[in-house]
Amino acid sequence: MAARAALVVALAVAFVSPTFADARNDAKAQVEFGINVAQRGLWREAIYRWEKAVEIDPTYAAAHNDLAIAYEHEGMLDKARKAYEKALELDPNNQQIRQNYELFKEINDRTNPEKGS
Amino acid sequence: MTARIQKKDRNARSLALAAVSAVLAAVAIGCGTTYYEIPIETPIQPKMDVSPFQRVLVAGFVAGGNDEIDANQETVRLLRSQLRTKSQLKVIDADLLPLMEVAADSGGGAADEHPSPDNNVNSTQAPGVSLPKQIKEEKDLEPYERLFANTAYWKRIGEEFQNPLIVTGTVLFSPHSRSGYVQRDTEMYDSFGRRVVRPTRMYMERKGFILRPKFVFIDGRTGATMYSESYREEILYNAQQNTPALSSYFELMDRLVPNFLSTLSSQKIKGTRVLLK
Repeated sequence: MAARAALVVALAVAFVSPTFADARNDAKAQVEFGINVAQRGLWREAIYRWEKAVEIDPTYAAAHNDLAIAYEHEGMLDKARKAYEKALELDPNNQQIRQNYELFKEINDRTNPEKGS
Repeated sequence: MTARIQKKDRNARSLALAAVSAVLAAVAIGCGTTYYEIPIETPIQPKMDVSPFQRVLVAGFVAGGNDEIDANQETVRLLRSQLRTKSQLKVIDADLLPLMEVAADSGGGAADEHPSPDNNVNSTQAPGVSLPKQIKEEKDLEPYERLFANTAYWKRIGEEFQNPLIVTGTVLFSPHSRSGYVQRDTEMYDSFGRRVVRPTRMYMERKGFILRPKFVFIDGRTGATMYSESYREEILYNAQQNTPALSSYFELMDRLVPNFLSTLSSQKIKGTRVLLK
């Protein structure tokens, strides 16, 4: 019985993983390239790569997080907020994403004072 | 029979192992945890269009709350020096306007020659309203607010200084104390002699200051208010600590100055974020 259950799990993983892994691997390649160029200061190219990554695999929280950072760096604050929120929706327990988002909110709140007219 | 059972057990074990490895591999593919810290600079667009102005006059502030420092003079000096280095506008060096006297002379702010719908309420207030000579708290500043809606007065100042952008407002810098439980990280050693940091709650009496500035930006060509914003910052120290009022004032202003500057010119806020793979 245990052997049969293990076989079912193994087969399920074997069938599902390639499709999932293919999309994730392609997205991951884009994310890695994006990180590489962002570290060289080429943020526009990084945005292109990370937008592609989230298009390939919309469930990839790290790609949404990286995209949010790039938008923030380019001053596209509305887009950054949406991307951070998407990343957190996909991976709500990720402390690094949460920390990035908190820092972003701090800047965003600072630029929108409570009583402006 | 025994051999058959043993073989069956071995098969089941290897299948289970394979399944576990496959699951772990899938998890590893799905949850890569590599991260990279990266410095970023967030550009912040100015909240106001100051392109029609080449010059800025930091006229002065209606200030109070503390006798140890002249919050009016200190604020003017600080903002002028910040604008000189961090904005494109030419800063006009002029004597501070005696705003409290102006407000008193005109009875709580002179009546507007051309009242606009925005300041109708103010201009219907009877002249001769008594103004507090000493500003101790927020409500003492309220009667002075009318001065900023006095377009005729500001237009005249604008003409005198060739139509600059005028920065004025109110500053309340007041002492403050608070007691209660605060959470602090305390360093201690456990039974193995290892250093651990634990949050502990302790009752503390603290004193410090609250800074409440309101910056009002006036168009020197028309005398009309273009934009205004209010802030509140506070700082508290141990009751035993003796921190001079002036250093607290600068510490609090330091937090606000980037916000003030971002009203007039685009700023870049530096920070660090974590890129994930």
